[in-house]
Amino acid sequence: MEILGALTFVNTYTLAELEVGEHFLWKIGNFTVHGQVFLNSWIVIGLLVIASLAATRNIQKIPGGIQNFMEFVLEFIRDLVRNQIGEKEYRDWVPFIGTLFLFIFVSNWSGALVPWKLIELPSGELAAPTNDINTTLALALLTSLAYFYAGLKKKGLSYFKHYIEPTPVLLPIAILEDFTKPLSLSFRLFGNILADELVVAVLVLLVPLFIPLPVMALGLFTSAIQALVFATLAGAYIHEALVDHHD
Amino acid sequence: MDIQVASVIAAALAIGLASIGPGIGQGNASGQAVAGIARQPEAEGKIRGTLLLTLAFMESLTIYGLVVALVLLFANPFV
Repeated sequence: MEILGALTFVNTYTLAELEVGEHFLWKIGNFTVHGQVFLNSWIVIGLLVIASLAATRNIQKIPGGIQNFMEFVLEFIRDLVRNQIGEKEYRDWVPFIGTLFLFIFVSNWSGALVPWKLIELPSGELAAPTNDINTTLALALLTSLAYFYAGLKKKGLSYFKHYIEPTPVLLPIAILEDFTKPLSLSFRLFGNILADELVVAVLVLLVPLFIPLPVMALGLFTSAIQALVFATLAGAYIHEALVDHHD
Repeated sequence: MDIQVASVIAAALAIGLASIGPGIGQGNASGQAVAGIARQPEAEGKIRGTLLLTLAFMESLTIYGLVVALVLLFANPFV
């Protein structure tokens, strides 16, 4: 961590610190978990649950306020999934992909919008849950499971035939693809969010006022796009598993 | 060479080299998108949406380089 030490010499103000790889560790049984990620995931989940409850508690025929907003969100997600998976089978996958999208979106924005630094932790600091590789890897592996499930459910064991079609020569590449998909999904999200937060942190170290604002706005934009990309790709992978090559 | 010096140089190279290809690709894609909008202004919304998504995909290649650089700087397994 000597490089980290060299970077923090500029930091005479405690507005922001460059903390990469510092965690608020909890011990649960034999496992060590990153407490700040857990806390923030719970906050994000709580926000989403409260928003959903508030929107559905008193449903009106003519939507207004939060119900209107949540209906807009739902329609957006439904269109996204329908564009990827197609009219016939998209309905089953709206909840899964919608959950992924909303969780990633709200986590990314919570990391950028909420001044987590005000809440003191013994070590590490609260930030977007998605800037921890474990979170993004878990989401990506869930996506893998989902598309395997989709393929197996629709085609049974003949799902595995697509590995040797059109030619068995491509079998290694087809198998490799199953590993590169979650790898690229998780790295893309993790890298983007961490990069956003690092760029903002470096700029805040150099010029604490006003200058980082445009970069923060850019960060908001890219993190929204990343949530969209993750959901789109999850939909594309599921569609790939569902599609029948003999139509 | 000291392993720390090597790591810092490698991190710089990782992010620098990883930004060349996506830079060219993003330039191409944006240029084509502008040409498409100029030819067909009514398709602007669709073109913009697709462009943003593809730009994000290209950007992720640089981000992979960035992840490697960050691993070398902050979580280096060899130091």
